[in-house]
Amino acid sequence: MQQSSKRRDRLIGLFAAGVVLLNPPVLDLFSGGVIFGWPALYVYVFCAWGLIIGGLAAVLERGREVSRGDGGDSPQ
Amino acid sequence: MSTPVVVAAALAYLLLLFAVAYAVEHGSARATRLTRSSLVYTLSLAVYCSSWTFNGGIGRASQAGIDFLPIYLGPTLALCLGSVLIRKILRVSRANRITSIADLIGARFGKSTGVAALVTVIAVVGMVPYIALQLKSISSGLDVLTAGQPVADPAATPVLADGALWAAIVLTIFAMLFGSRSLHPDEHHPGMVVAVALESILKLVALTAVGLFVGYGIFHGFGDLFAQGRASEAVQSLYEHVGLSRGIDWMVMSLLAAAAIFCLPRQFQVMVVENVDERHLDRALWLFPLYLLAINLFVLPIAIAGRLIVPLGADPDSLVLTVPLAAGQPVLALVAFLGGLSASASMVVVEATALSLMVCNDVVMPALLRWRSLDLAQRPDLTRLLLWIRRAAMAGLMALGYIFMRWDSQRYALVSIGLMSFVAIAQFAPAIVGGLFWRGATKSGAVAGISLGFLVWLYTQFLPSLAQSGSLPGAFVTDGPLGVALLKPYALFGLTGLNPVTHSVFWTMLVNIGAFLGVSLLTRQSAIERAQAALFVDAFRFDDAAQIWRRTAYLPDLVSLAARFLGRDRANAAFAGWARTRGVDAATALHADAEMVLFGERLLAGVVGAASARVMVSAVVDEEPLGVDEVMSILDETSRLIEANRRLEDKSRELEDATASLREANARLQVLDRLKDDFVATVNHELRTPLTSIRTFSEILRDHPELPIAERQDFLRVVVTETERLTRLINQLLDLSKVEATDSGVAMAVLDLAPIAAHCATSMRQVFAANRIELALDLGDEAAWILGDRDRLVQVVVNLLANAAKFSAPGHGKVTLGLSRDADAVELFVADNGPGVPPADREIIFERFRQSGDPLTDKPGGVGLGLAISRRIVAQHGGRIWVEDNVGDGAIFKIRFAPAGPNAQRAAAE
Repeated sequence: MQQSSKRRDRLIGLFAAGVVLLNPPVLDLFSGGVIFGWPALYVYVFCAWGLIIGGLAAVLERGREVSRGDGGDSPQ
Repeated sequence: MSTPVVVAAALAYLLLLFAVAYAVEHGSARATRLTRSSLVYTLSLAVYCSSWTFNGGIGRASQAGIDFLPIYLGPTLALCLGSVLIRKILRVSRANRITSIADLIGARFGKSTGVAALVTVIAVVGMVPYIALQLKSISSGLDVLTAGQPVADPAATPVLADGALWAAIVLTIFAMLFGSRSLHPDEHHPGMVVAVALESILKLVALTAVGLFVGYGIFHGFGDLFAQGRASEAVQSLYEHVGLSRGIDWMVMSLLAAAAIFCLPRQFQVMVVENVDERHLDRALWLFPLYLLAINLFVLPIAIAGRLIVPLGADPDSLVLTVPLAAGQPVLALVAFLGGLSASASMVVVEATALSLMVCNDVVMPALLRWRSLDLAQRPDLTRLLLWIRRAAMAGLMALGYIFMRWDSQRYALVSIGLMSFVAIAQFAPAIVGGLFWRGATKSGAVAGISLGFLVWLYTQFLPSLAQSGSLPGAFVTDGPLGVALLKPYALFGLTGLNPVTHSVFWTMLVNIGAFLGVSLLTRQSAIERAQAALFVDAFRFDDAAQIWRRTAYLPDLVSLAARFLGRDRANAAFAGWARTRGVDAATALHADAEMVLFGERLLAGVVGAASARVMVSAVVDEEPLGVDEVMSILDETSRLIEANRRLEDKSRELEDATASLREANARLQVLDRLKDDFVATVNHELRTPLTSIRTFSEILRDHPELPIAERQDFLRVVVTETERLTRLINQLLDLSKVEATDSGVAMAVLDLAPIAAHCATSMRQVFAANRIELALDLGDEAAWILGDRDRLVQVVVNLLANAAKFSAPGHGKVTLGLSRDADAVELFVADNGPGVPPADREIIFERFRQSGDPLTDKPGGVGLGLAISRRIVAQHGGRIWVEDNVGDGAIFKIRFAPAGPNAQRAAAE
């Protein structure tokens, strides 16, 4: 129980981080810039997006080990 | 490229997909196992990426840079919360056999047919443009591949020459083959899922191939591509993202897409209905966003390349095809076309399956069932009818989509059409989220929110789109209806400065959420709504419904009802399987209890939807609405709780009692323990005192041979006395242990107590005389028959007499030994006129080594074992010994025996 609420909190944290990182005004900070010859905005959005996905994977895959026991309840 | 080649390639590809699907549903175990993989589940979710993504995303990117991305960022963010929201939808849907979004909302708000029908109508209206979009992209793809560019005005081409029509027909057949071949209570379509997953792979591969070709085949790496783009003034703006209005649009699009990921009928189909294992969700929640990221990685580079190498004025939505063509790579263009076809086909097939299910279960079937003259409920087999209704619904949907495409969508970019659909579908989000997490959400609130939101959508999105295509006068948009500027659909009530989508989202959501909350707060739930609300909101807490309906049915009725929709064999198997888990024999049981009725209803709900299932089941069920009985049973539940609580209190009180008696026993044990210590100390003392004096006097005699003879005599007398005392003590200790050891083994005989008492008095007379104490006898004349052991009895009486002599003052002491008899007792007493026994000591003196007063300081002659031995002997005779105050002064010891029986008396007298 405690484990799953921890997991939920982490996911909500990721959501909040995603909302901030992947929306203006943070997004606009990279507008028009250049990183190694690539558009900064393009590079930034995909990096931030990838980070969020990485975080999701870390939380969810770790949770799989823990929740395996109660995951398989199928009423039918 | 010639038309036949392209068409043949497309058809071959579709046939291949169908073969795969067929193999999964009918073929080898390996193919079937595919459906149990979380990867296939994830890839099937990618049905989200329709040709809107494949073609429209690149079109959008070529015009507005990364503005196409919120459509994929929104779902990523929504899926962060997916393990709360989507898991709950999964749980609820599985438990209640919910098979569509309309079913979900209908079931939540009291299994309402009306709500489900409303949702279905909105979904159909909202999705028709979206289906049209897919058809449009296929037909323009065909045109680009064969003619180099899309036809300028498809409406001018004859209908039969229109590629989109043929695409629509082929896809309709395809959808029917995949989605409505047979009825299954879970609405699983494993073949379709695997085919969609395969298409998702092809989409990704095709787009990535074009992207890599653009980067390394046309340009010298992506750095070069981006640099060239920056150098071009027209392209430069794609690298920027500034401005408040653009920021708001970005966020609104994110929000829309986040809502769409769980509100779109096709997403619900693949994510919830086709889910075979809840654990797949955990992986899909991050793997699916990863897919979205991967498929969008090359969208901007392709778009930039398109702007750089494709002549200005070309259709931006076809860039994924025109770029390879412009670079002289028709084969790559064909692959890209097949990728786009995959995107369209998967979307259309799944969407048509999901929508036809909704139309059939939530609109057509309830209507037919209510149409009494059809008498549908009496037909023996409805499975075929159901399938044909679904097929007809699919055909109807595709027809609507084609008509919309041909006459309306030409002026629109793909993305605008898709967004229009998203806004319509987002109208379900408040009711779903509210319904799942807010117990107080009422049916009236949901109906008000959804229908008002939909009306505002019609006004701010759908009608203007008709106006722009010329079906309505254009002045409707530019000047407002009847010239009322305040009602302009793109600037309602003077709200300007937003793009049409953002504008529409604002108004629809304001009205929708406002009405949903407001009406919910003002209205009440019916009993069934309340039950369903609890079931949905507390989905994680209860596995099954708290049943407030007491419904029973005649089991064969229930089974044959299910058989009409599922087929006889399947229905029988389902009921038998269920009955087995409950330990009931379905073949012989006649009556279905409430639980079984619920099972039957859910079984049906899987096929015809919750609302219809409820209507049909109620026809064969004796249903008592929430009346006095139910209230009573709920009260009963409560009173049972109270009862249990009370019993718990009793238990704890009993426990307290037990604790108290335990404590008491413990205290007694402690006393006993102390007594034992006293006993050991006393024995020690009693033995040591005589031994010490014997030893002392003996040493004096040894060490002082010069002592006068008289003194020696005195000392020797002391030694002898003490030795006697020691002997007595040891004898008595032996006696005691002997008496205790032979508790049960006393040789009993019928005796006359009187002569025994007299004998004792005689033997003690010397002692009394020596102390000048008077001993009187009061034994009476009759015999006093008792059952006993003579020697033991003598021991007791002598002990009592000796005690009396000891405690009586020499000179004027008087002791009486007497007997009294009555019908049920023989009583022997020894009375004296000594100091008496204080009441506090009257029990203690019968214990071993316990004498009246302090045993260590007051030292009457005696070791304190006599009375203990006496009591033990008396007890062995079944008698009782005690002490009381003598009349006058002194103490009187009494012994009470049961008299021996009259026969025994007579036998002894003869």
